[in-house]
Amino acid sequence: MTMNALRTSSAPCVKIENVSRRQFLRSTAGLAAFALAVEISSLEPSLAYETGAAQMPHGVVTDPHVFVSIDSSGIVSITAHRSEMGTGIRTSLPMVVADELEADWSRVRIVQALADEPRYGNQDTDGSRSMRHFFQPMRQVGAAMRQMLEHAAAERWGVYLSEVQATNHEVIHRRTGRKLGYGELASAAMDLATPPMDSLKFKSDDAFRYIGYGNVQIYDLFDITIGRAQYGYDVRLPGMKYAVIARPPVVGGRIKSFDATDALKIPGVEKVLELKVSWEPPAAFSPLGGIAVVATNTWAAIKGREALKLDWEAGENSGYDSAAYRLQMAEVANRPGRVERNQGDFDRAFAAASKILSAEYYVPHLAQASMEPLVATAIIRNGECEVWAPLQSPFGAREALAKLLDFPIERVKVNVTLLGGGFGRKCQSDFAQEAVLLAKALDGAPVKVAWTREDDLHHSFYHTVTYSRLDAGVDSSGNVIAWRHRSVAPTLFANFKPDPKREQAVELGLGLADVALDIPNVRVETGEAAALTRIGWFRSVNNIPHAFAVQSFIAEIARALRKDPKDFLLEIIGPPRRLELEKLGVTDPLWNYGDPYSTYPIDTGRLANVVNLAASRANWGSPLPKGSGLGIAVHRSFLSYVATVVEVSVDGRGKLIIPRVETAIDCGFAVNPERIRSQIEGAAVMGLSNFIGEISFAKGRAEQSNFDSYPVARIDNAPINVRVHIVPNGSDVPPGGVGEPGVPPFLPALCNAIFAATGKRIRSLPAGDQIRV
Amino acid sequence: MSVELTINTRSYTVDVPSDTPLLWVLRDLIGLTGTKYGCGIAQCGACTVHVGGVAVRSCITAVGDVTKPVTTIEGLDAEGNHPVQRAWREERVPQCGYCQAGQIMQAAALLAEIKNPSDQQISDAMAGNICRCGCYQRILSGVRAASRGV
Repeated sequence: MTMNALRTSSAPCVKIENVSRRQFLRSTAGLAAFALAVEISSLEPSLAYETGAAQMPHGVVTDPHVFVSIDSSGIVSITAHRSEMGTGIRTSLPMVVADELEADWSRVRIVQALADEPRYGNQDTDGSRSMRHFFQPMRQVGAAMRQMLEHAAAERWGVYLSEVQATNHEVIHRRTGRKLGYGELASAAMDLATPPMDSLKFKSDDAFRYIGYGNVQIYDLFDITIGRAQYGYDVRLPGMKYAVIARPPVVGGRIKSFDATDALKIPGVEKVLELKVSWEPPAAFSPLGGIAVVATNTWAAIKGREALKLDWEAGENSGYDSAAYRLQMAEVANRPGRVERNQGDFDRAFAAASKILSAEYYVPHLAQASMEPLVATAIIRNGECEVWAPLQSPFGAREALAKLLDFPIERVKVNVTLLGGGFGRKCQSDFAQEAVLLAKALDGAPVKVAWTREDDLHHSFYHTVTYSRLDAGVDSSGNVIAWRHRSVAPTLFANFKPDPKREQAVELGLGLADVALDIPNVRVETGEAAALTRIGWFRSVNNIPHAFAVQSFIAEIARALRKDPKDFLLEIIGPPRRLELEKLGVTDPLWNYGDPYSTYPIDTGRLANVVNLAASRANWGSPLPKGSGLGIAVHRSFLSYVATVVEVSVDGRGKLIIPRVETAIDCGFAVNPERIRSQIEGAAVMGLSNFIGEISFAKGRAEQSNFDSYPVARIDNAPINVRVHIVPNGSDVPPGGVGEPGVPPFLPALCNAIFAATGKRIRSLPAGDQIRV
Repeated sequence: MSVELTINTRSYTVDVPSDTPLLWVLRDLIGLTGTKYGCGIAQCGACTVHVGGVAVRSCITAVGDVTKPVTTIEGLDAEGNHPVQRAWREERVPQCGYCQAGQIMQAAALLAEIKNPSDQQISDAMAGNICRCGCYQRILSGVRAASRGV
């Protein structure tokens, strides 16, 4: 290990030494400070690996001055620059900093960053990438600040830097046992320049206090339990107005005329305003426009909106009927499509097969339906705009707001509140744009635009709708020799460019063209499907329909070949290897969740390992009572590997019961295992919601309005015995995603279990009357 | 009209139409934002408060019909240490946390009525409260823990 001299503002007396683990143990063995020496000896260079973090907008910032501030009482303030929507990331990333910093967690305070990517680096809290992209950078931040504190102490005492050691919120001079608290060193340390990366020493895994343990509770836990946690919906400003908006019921529609006479008679209603937007595709995250009712409280605004007389021009998407569209998609799926992966010679192998299997699968539109509907509060005064909102992409929102207002970005301040769930919907900034437009019209008064649940379900950027057809050819020895997957789904890229009408490279990488199959002839095709409503991100995105089709079909083939589904799944995955997609007939580079394949390969050994782990924990193969069954599925997404075994039974009245779920996850190094468990538990619940929910369209309008027509899992039907098995890895195995990858395997595992228990194969969702849930 | 309310042992007088839901009076007029909006039609339970000790959905409770004292999450326990609140922290129930005030109020009402509920009774009582993050198994263990008096 080489260490360059710290570049500091002033430190002539400090001599930098090269401290290796072994040297240090030798030199301190036998001293009273030996216990400390163990701690010190565990400082090792981080095994750096490349991620795609630098390619994200505004990349990565690792300056400790930006993220850490220590006051004279020793309180360490750490900035969380990612948004908290339930994953725990607002706690987990500062926890990483604190651990490397040797800070005592009880003296750490978390500060939520403003939307400011030039200062903090990328803030897009999506794609399950916060820990993936910021584990290393946050370790750097912590390690750098720790070394600055050590440096300040060495300087204060006039001793060699190698003689001091930061540990648990103080720096100790080993030879004399003198100590200085972080508070005493704070101002001198923070005045130092940031040490260069190659001078940093990192803790080894066995020296972590918090990383890898799950012993830190989420920062907002107490506030949540007493109702003090502040979400976007909870923002209150002096003189604030409350607004709800009547939006065009069909995407692309416009108001023809409206009459606000009755609305203005509602007590509390103050104004009715037309929200004019130019809505031309591609519209990105533009608001839909409409008629805003401004009132003294939310209820008055809601009542006022009910009293509006509205005449809409339906617009070009008013023909969207999802039942009819499904038939069209089925037709497309039964014709040759565009070839996206062409491995071997599918046609020849398929023609030569002695047995042919085919199946079609359908996953409808879904809505994110976070418990906190969309909301944003804005004020514009003296050419300055300030916004408070639950945003997954705060800086993207800030840029959009500045553009909308034609303000320089410095004059737009965006505060990120807690998010009452997000699931992808709060990546868009349409709701914040609405608040800003209204604030502009209200001339200095703060205004909160509140979405009702009906607004939320009627005006989402929905999960896409997918029709899949799969075909397999089996030879006379029972080997699958040909596999074809045709996927037909509108793309979310229709928001950003003229509708390409088929899944794009990003979506192909979401468990479609990147699937690990030990089959010699594989063809993946996409079919044409126009986006007739707004398609957006939904927790795990296209992985949901892709995994549903692939993992259901594998189980169907196993059944046809009279093989055990788990054994056959392992057979299809094949031997441990790293997929080389270009050798598998993938000509255009796929999206690997924004990260390089060199760091995050598609590793079939890890895929098979989670299958084995989940199966063994589920006692796969043990006899179950009649009417019960196990189903298994595995999927790699967001650079993590997840296998799920679902057990189901059906009660005397034909109702589905899910007594347990066993999920194995290999997400690389498990930084906060306790929050990984909670994410996987929740993924099973959302998986069941995906089984029962549908957003359908008639005449271009979403037909579901609230939780009575858009059912989601509840405690009385959800899986509530989810056991999570985390594959142990050291910090040298790069962290994968956690928030999303638990979702995709649940649906096929559930449907495979239902088949095992009842003989009924569910290929089309929602479950509807196929089974009582 | 003028409505008198007792909320968390304090008295308030608000001037609103009597059909205004208690939820919006609490949140917008009084400023007690711990009680959440989730659906507006008593489908999700996020707005659950106690009226006269009974769990009600404040989103469909007209303020004019409220004649008994109201308790919200802010008033459940002066120190935030009601057994359910303690259990929620012990079991680390919340993820995003938005629905949890409603969940806690519902659970507290259940335990006031049934000291040691069965799992079936817990499920029945909590089935009106949606958690989209999917914290249900910890909600179950949280209610169990609270009934043991953690």
